[in-house]
Amino acid sequence: MSATASTAQPSLFAKLWYDKNNRSIVVQILATIVLIWFFGSMVLNAVINLEAQGRGFSFAFLEQPASYDINQHLIPYSSRSSHLQAMWVGIINTLLVAVAGIILSTILGFTLGVLRLSKNWLVNKLAYVYIEYVRNVPVLLHILLIHGIIVHSLPRTKEAWNLLSDTAFISNRGLFMPSPEFLPMFKFVLAAFIGAIVFAWLFRRFARSLQARTGTQLPVFWVSVLAIIGLPVIAFIATGHPINWEYPTLKGFNFQGGAVIRPEFLALWLALSLYTAAFIAENVRAGILAIDHGQTEASMALGLPRNRTLNLVVIPQALRVIVPPLSSQYLNLAKNSSLAIAIGYMDVTATIGGISLNQTGRAMECMILVMAIYLIISLTISGIMNYYNKRIALVER
Amino acid sequence: MKKTLLAATVALTAMATTAQADTLEDVKARGELNCVVTTGLVGFAAPDADGQWQGFDVDFCRAVAAAVLGDGSKVKFIPSTGKTRFTLLSSGEGDILFRNTTETMSRDADLKLSFLPVNYYDGQGFMVPKALGVSSAKDLDGASICIQTGTTTELNLADYFRTNGISYEPVPIETNEEARPNYLAGRCDVYTTDASGLAATRAAFENPDEHMVLPEIISKEPLAGAVRHGDDLWFDIAKWTVLALIAAEEMGITSENVEEMGAAAGDNPNVNRLLGLEGDFGAMIGLDKQWAMRAIAAGGNYGEIFDKNIGPETALGIERGLNAQWSDGGILYAAPIR
Amino acid sequence: MEEMIPKKQYAPGEHPEMPPPFKTKGAGLWLQQNLFSSPTNIVLSILAIYFLYKMLPGLLEWSLLDAAFTGSDRNECRAKAGGACWAFISERLPLFTYGFYPAEERWRVDLSFLFLVISAVALLWEKCPLRKPLMVFAVFFPFIAAFLLLGGNGVKLMVVLACTAVVLLLLYRGFSSAFMMVLALVVAVLAKYAFFGGIGVPFTDIHATQLVDLNQFTQLNLKTVSTDLFGGFMLTLIIGVTGIAFSLPLGVLLALGRQSNLPIIKYSCVVFIEFIRGVPLITLLFVASTMLSFFLPPGTTFNLLVRVLIMVTLFASAYMAEVVRGGLQALPKGQTEAADALGLKYGPAMRLIVLPQALKISIPSIVNTFIGLYKDSVLVIVIGLLDPLGIGRASLSSTEWNGLTNEVYLFVALFFFVSCYGMSRYSLYLENKLHTGHKR
Repeated sequence: MSATASTAQPSLFAKLWYDKNNRSIVVQILATIVLIWFFGSMVLNAVINLEAQGRGFSFAFLEQPASYDINQHLIPYSSRSSHLQAMWVGIINTLLVAVAGIILSTILGFTLGVLRLSKNWLVNKLAYVYIEYVRNVPVLLHILLIHGIIVHSLPRTKEAWNLLSDTAFISNRGLFMPSPEFLPMFKFVLAAFIGAIVFAWLFRRFARSLQARTGTQLPVFWVSVLAIIGLPVIAFIATGHPINWEYPTLKGFNFQGGAVIRPEFLALWLALSLYTAAFIAENVRAGILAIDHGQTEASMALGLPRNRTLNLVVIPQALRVIVPPLSSQYLNLAKNSSLAIAIGYMDVTATIGGISLNQTGRAMECMILVMAIYLIISLTISGIMNYYNKRIALVER
Repeated sequence: MKKTLLAATVALTAMATTAQADTLEDVKARGELNCVVTTGLVGFAAPDADGQWQGFDVDFCRAVAAAVLGDGSKVKFIPSTGKTRFTLLSSGEGDILFRNTTETMSRDADLKLSFLPVNYYDGQGFMVPKALGVSSAKDLDGASICIQTGTTTELNLADYFRTNGISYEPVPIETNEEARPNYLAGRCDVYTTDASGLAATRAAFENPDEHMVLPEIISKEPLAGAVRHGDDLWFDIAKWTVLALIAAEEMGITSENVEEMGAAAGDNPNVNRLLGLEGDFGAMIGLDKQWAMRAIAAGGNYGEIFDKNIGPETALGIERGLNAQWSDGGILYAAPIR
Repeated sequence: MEEMIPKKQYAPGEHPEMPPPFKTKGAGLWLQQNLFSSPTNIVLSILAIYFLYKMLPGLLEWSLLDAAFTGSDRNECRAKAGGACWAFISERLPLFTYGFYPAEERWRVDLSFLFLVISAVALLWEKCPLRKPLMVFAVFFPFIAAFLLLGGNGVKLMVVLACTAVVLLLLYRGFSSAFMMVLALVVAVLAKYAFFGGIGVPFTDIHATQLVDLNQFTQLNLKTVSTDLFGGFMLTLIIGVTGIAFSLPLGVLLALGRQSNLPIIKYSCVVFIEFIRGVPLITLLFVASTMLSFFLPPGTTFNLLVRVLIMVTLFASAYMAEVVRGGLQALPKGQTEAADALGLKYGPAMRLIVLPQALKISIPSIVNTFIGLYKDSVLVIVIGLLDPLGIGRASLSSTEWNGLTNEVYLFVALFFFVSCYGMSRYSLYLENKLHTGHKR
């Protein structure tokens, strides 16, 4: 633009502000400057502050020995392992309780949601009372209460309840179970199991194409169940029971041998599942109620029996309503698992974000790690749920 | 333009930094001492029913406040967990830390803390129910042990069991209050923490006689107050306040007779120097002559503070032991004020 | 139901009145229809009854029938009854309610609570008498409450009230463009900065000494109370109400930002929202309590409670943004297009057309987010603030009362249940009122 008419030219401000395109650029540049200034000064301050304390920003401490013990570790760990290893132990413990919680809360939540719609007055009201109580009390209280109940109401080690004639025991130190030791022949059982899954998948494809071609329906579900359970069992017997069980026995202070589910895990797992289940139940109820009556009626009119109406008409449509809130419930569950520190379950907040942070004093580094880990977990969950949501979404035109 | 902005920020912050390094001036300007203490350990620091903080550590805070500000009540107590205590101090939120904290090299050198003279010599012990029939920590193979997380006890425990080649199940607990129900309900066989903490915990039990503290002390836990690195004047003030309280007990100066003894110079030049009747030691640490007098008057000398909060007459019932004056068979030994 | 076939023939009108068929009314029918209508239902009912039979008597006995309501310590309770010891709760009730707030100043907390109730009623109940003036009062409520709770100089309160009034007036008079709003906000913030010495610094630190004279003139001076004495249910309410009041506007801004077609604005909002939603609240609280001072110019610290309030507000606003976004997305595109067609600018279009509808759709979810925020306030215990749970734990360490954990947990649970259940009922009521579609 050349300056030909100097008097009529609008001011610079007007040019920048009253033109829509220019304005959006100006606004964005301003926003960028503010953002850079904000974060820049934050980082700068952090650098200056750390400098003033004479401490650099470094992750070198992760290689140092952690020097503390962790009771529940699914990967090798001792007090001589590094802080990094302790972090991995924590991550695995977090994932363990999150995944177990997601599974249990889904089962409980769907059951409760259906019970909530039951015509049975008593069951309906019980589900209502349960859901309202659980939803309206902070999850931290549930965790503390359930942990308290486990520790105070279950018997002490010496009086542990004996289940299934000396194979498993329950005490306030947890659930002690036999742990399997797999003999070499076990790989055949495993192979049979994988084979059965492949067979079930192929069979399903075949049944589908058969139904598409001829309309004949095959009992896919029962055949699959039979194959997946039956084949490994046959292989198990044929190879001569290739598992050795190690049974827990009471020696000295504790049960030795076998596997144990500790009360801390149990309390956290149950509390998170029960809490999230109440929310899921409400989502499920809303999802089912959202299906127009016309859908069920039309399906009945077509002569579909009740269970098929449910499986083919109601559930697929209800899922579309249920899944988006469901994924945010899963996210909440994963994040709430950080409350583990209240009862001493050694998750990632308690290991790297707790004890390691304490022992090394590297608050900034540890908290950045912890936040990054939770972010990754959250993004993974929402990624999976988005994928699933896309798959079940209504395909329109 | 951004460069000038950055430069301006740097200049501003640099100015602020120099201002911050002068803790004494900050405290005086604020008129209040920010003292980091525990969230609640009976006898050491805990709020009573009226919200007034009481305890051994609390009295040291008050003594420092009295020395600096002239009034032992001008303290703001910042409760901290094992996790937050050092960050609270290093971020500048607290001026001083009195929170049964063990002095270690890494805390001193890596966390940049300057430790004051030790005000309580402690060691880690074990408490078990008598019914277990255990008489030594070496018998604890396979036991479940409750530990407070974020403390040195956790590390000592791991080391001790490792060196002795015995196994255990750690049961991490966040605070002392939570340890109690877990231990009593049998979630763990053993509770381990500093011997003083064990005494405090055991004292609060319904039936203290059913529990015993094992003879082994597996670690040295010199508990000391701390300040940030880099402010030597402030460090000196805090250090000599603690030493003055210890010296006062040795010289027989108590909260009751301090006024009287400080009124006029007596025959003992040591006392005269401490109470500002001879020389001007207060000026060396930026305070007036009566600094030590006020510190002693605030909560008494070391012995008084000990007896009032944790001594044999209290629920905790801790004997002086190592914490007696060097002249009484202990290892408390205040450097001379001269 | 089977028809009763009469054995005898009657002339029309001669038939004697028969008893009603079995189970068309009365308890029997109700039982049959509601509990025993099918084999599955019978099994479910039996299970439910068994469950109740196992749970209820024990619970009732522990909590009420065999509980001690008076006594001065644990042993006295135990001697009286084998169940719960509620004497502990009643003795510590002031502590649970007010925290360590000085006893002689507690009327200020009560008064603030009364004001809160008045404001809430005015905002939530449409047929409230004097609703208009009370709603104006509700706008000023946060400042009045802050003054009452913190104490200090009354003049400062008036200045803030005046600034708020000016901002409101500007908005009301139709200076509605974003520019004016920003200007008004800047004025308000500057005024606050000038009089309070910085954003977030409590009212107590005053630099402008000349105000003292004015203060004597107005006779408004309350004893200052430090925020570390705040605790108990009062703290829960402070965190809850502040979070609720500030997270909604912030959430709306974030949601609009996320919908914006300016990429930089949009993506910074997205990153902010997803980051906050991706990490647990306790990590954020931990950052607020210990690490925030690293990111501020050296030497600046500000009140822990304020830091927590900011973090809680930011946390809730990210969730609020998603809820509002849901509402925005549910709105047909025709609405914005119509606003464009009318020649409305972005600000008025959003304010007059889009937001009222979008917010209406998302009201139930907004209330649910509030409930979540309110419940989350209990997490401040991890950074050492004395919320009811923290008070309970501190009380449990006393020699007279230790060991009564269940009582504390249940009492706090009951408090949360009552307040959250109330809120969720309100949300349901709104949902039904706004549900204008046909129902079957």
